[in-house]
Amino acid sequence: MNETLLISILAASITAGTPILFAALGELISERAGVTNLGVDGMMLVGACAGFIAAQQTGSLLSGVGMALLAGSLMALIHAFLTVTLRANQVVSGLALTLFGTGLSGYLGLDYVGQQATVVFSKLAVPGLSEIPVLGPVLFRQDLLVYCSYILVAAVAFYLYRTRAGLFMRALGENPAAVDAVGVNVFGLRYLYVIMGGALAGLGGAYLSLAYAPCWLENMTAGRGWIAVALVIFALWDPWRALLGSYLFGGIDALGFHLQVIGLPVSVFILNMLPYIFTIVVLILVLARKGGRLAAPQALGQPYDREER
Amino acid sequence: MTLPLISMRQITKRFPGVIANNKINLELYPGEIHALLGENGSGKSTLMSILTGLYKPTEGCIMVGGEEVKFASPADAIASGIGMVHQHFKLIESFTVAENIVLSQSKGGFLLKPEQIIADIESLGEKYGLQVDPRAYVWQLGVGEKQRVEILRMLYHRSRVLILDEPTAVLTPQETRELFVNLRKMADDGCAVVFISHKLNEVEELADRVTVLRGGCVTGSAAKEDMRRDKLVQMMIGREVLNTYEKNCEHCGEVVLQLEQVSALNDMNTVGLNNVRLAVRAGEIYGIAGVSGNGQRELAEVLAGLRPAMGGKIFFYGQDLTNKKPKEMIEAGISYVPEDRLGMGLVPNLDSVNNVILKEYDGKFSKGWRIRREAAIAATKRIVEDFDVKLGSIFQPVKMMSGGNLQKLLLGREIAAKPKLMIVLYPVRGLDIGAIEAVHKLLLQLKEEQTAIILVSEELEEIAKLADRVGVMFAGQILGEFPVSEMDTEKIGALMAGITEAGGAGV
Repeated sequence: MNETLLISILAASITAGTPILFAALGELISERAGVTNLGVDGMMLVGACAGFIAAQQTGSLLSGVGMALLAGSLMALIHAFLTVTLRANQVVSGLALTLFGTGLSGYLGLDYVGQQATVVFSKLAVPGLSEIPVLGPVLFRQDLLVYCSYILVAAVAFYLYRTRAGLFMRALGENPAAVDAVGVNVFGLRYLYVIMGGALAGLGGAYLSLAYAPCWLENMTAGRGWIAVALVIFALWDPWRALLGSYLFGGIDALGFHLQVIGLPVSVFILNMLPYIFTIVVLILVLARKGGRLAAPQALGQPYDREER
Repeated sequence: MTLPLISMRQITKRFPGVIANNKINLELYPGEIHALLGENGSGKSTLMSILTGLYKPTEGCIMVGGEEVKFASPADAIASGIGMVHQHFKLIESFTVAENIVLSQSKGGFLLKPEQIIADIESLGEKYGLQVDPRAYVWQLGVGEKQRVEILRMLYHRSRVLILDEPTAVLTPQETRELFVNLRKMADDGCAVVFISHKLNEVEELADRVTVLRGGCVTGSAAKEDMRRDKLVQMMIGREVLNTYEKNCEHCGEVVLQLEQVSALNDMNTVGLNNVRLAVRAGEIYGIAGVSGNGQRELAEVLAGLRPAMGGKIFFYGQDLTNKKPKEMIEAGISYVPEDRLGMGLVPNLDSVNNVILKEYDGKFSKGWRIRREAAIAATKRIVEDFDVKLGSIFQPVKMMSGGNLQKLLLGREIAAKPKLMIVLYPVRGLDIGAIEAVHKLLLQLKEEQTAIILVSEELEEIAKLADRVGVMFAGQILGEFPVSEMDTEKIGALMAGITEAGGAGV
């Protein structure tokens, strides 16, 4: 394998990993606040579709991205209402939203199937940085949204570990009663983080339809939302590990396209299984090593009820 | 005379059907360690929940430093310098010590300054002898260390009033000594320390002043120099002359249960039951008195087959039932009515019918592998009628019922199974007067039917009213045993405090 091919596979890994990264970051935010969101795939689809339509109609990428964020947020608002206010089962609500999002995006995007995007996020080399050997072309000859995702990961990590608000966000997922006890609004914050998570899932979808593909196809996520859910566990709820994981899983995606070029005799089905196999292996390793203590937020999946003490 | 840091005036708290606190006055002074003594359910926790902003008082007011305050939430109480260490620690296991300490304060800069916080915690720890690594994760710490973190958390937020709810319950004797030294340092620094306990020796050792609660009222208060153990017990268990009834146990039958030198561990793997021997006859109610936590629960669980006996023998109608499974105990005719009705007794989310089936799933309510639902519904209706259980519908989750009706349903289920021996723990705890009467009537009726009953209670009046004989438990032993007619508060109070007639305090 020559260097050019390697660079192009690595660069493609990042491009392919970026939609997963956005969605995984969103899921991570939501789960850190104690709410599992299995509706990611549906939210991605709705985001991809809404973003694509808006961009086609207005010819503006900004409005495309804005619409994707909004669509994801609205879906997440339903999830938050069901799980935080009504204290519905988070798994059931999430699954319902995924199925709903799949249907809704198929219906809304009916007239757009197969259209090429008229405006797309094209590659923009960062002056200077892109000249670094190997890393330059891999990391810095990407599009604007990829650069946004770098910043976003750093911002989420900083927020989580270095700020007071981030500490409270983590506490929400561990022990909401402790947060409530100091007079911080548990319900309001959970709404906020669930909606942020949905917005990021929508953005991940828009990346598919406005940069990666760039077109609208029914069910175009091809299960990337589920990879994002698995990835959060794989990353043990850490943003930087989520970044690495996204690129790893993106790399598996990219490898699928290059298989014939490289001449690797592996079935693409096997490749598609790998993200889930990795996740299972990580689960086993972590559970075995820490004597059964998973890094999962303790209150994950439990609705908060002030009366139940 | 210094001004009190806190004064609670005429605090009354009513819950539906219960007065948890009745016109309580309490003053806390800087530099003083104030013990709050009382049995479970005497109103200590409610009073402290009011002081820490968890509950709002129905009547009365709280003054902090001479000014009246109204706490809308625990955050307000923290802001007024009132901190509390609960019996069950409220720490987040996956966070570091420092993070946990920062977490209990909602206000502050946007950015965390870990080094600054760690330095602050370390200097506080040094000052008060509370050694703990601020960088360590809470899950790595032992119980004693976790408690230190909770205390540090109060100090870090400059709490001037430090409330500790039974802090020694989880500590080793060594850790307890250290805690006492540290608490004294904090008091010397001008804090007011509140120490909730029902252990008399600790109160004597540590407290400058003690206030005793009973049934939601203050029954007495004493400064260090006036503290006398027997007087404190009197205040705890009540002064009134007990009405003891001459019980005729002539028609009591053969010995149903006999324990010989039974020992068992408690949940902390120390001795919970220590060579207990007792015998109960058919148609007899055997009352067990004592401050709770002295082995009563362990005794009941050994008899129910839920806790292994480490030594000794349990005979039931002469048959050896030591360390049999719960199911075998039930089949032999032993019924266990636990103290937490909704935890161990009934399943909150199931309806009455399913709760009635629970214990006889392969008895009269089943046919092969199928449940005979009609039979169960009929049986439930009968229980509801016979025992006067008030409920919306027998198909509603039982968690919607009141405590008294839950207890009647539970007792009804157990009685319907026609047990030969019933162990009842604190059957009237949290019930109103009407429900208490009903439960007592049920127990007496059961006695008439020649069932042997072990009644564990912290209400001496209840034991005096119902029991034929009484045994007093202390530190896992039955220290004294006599017919109820010979029971008086003086004698029983001394035994509850661990003082035997042989002289001196027991273990």
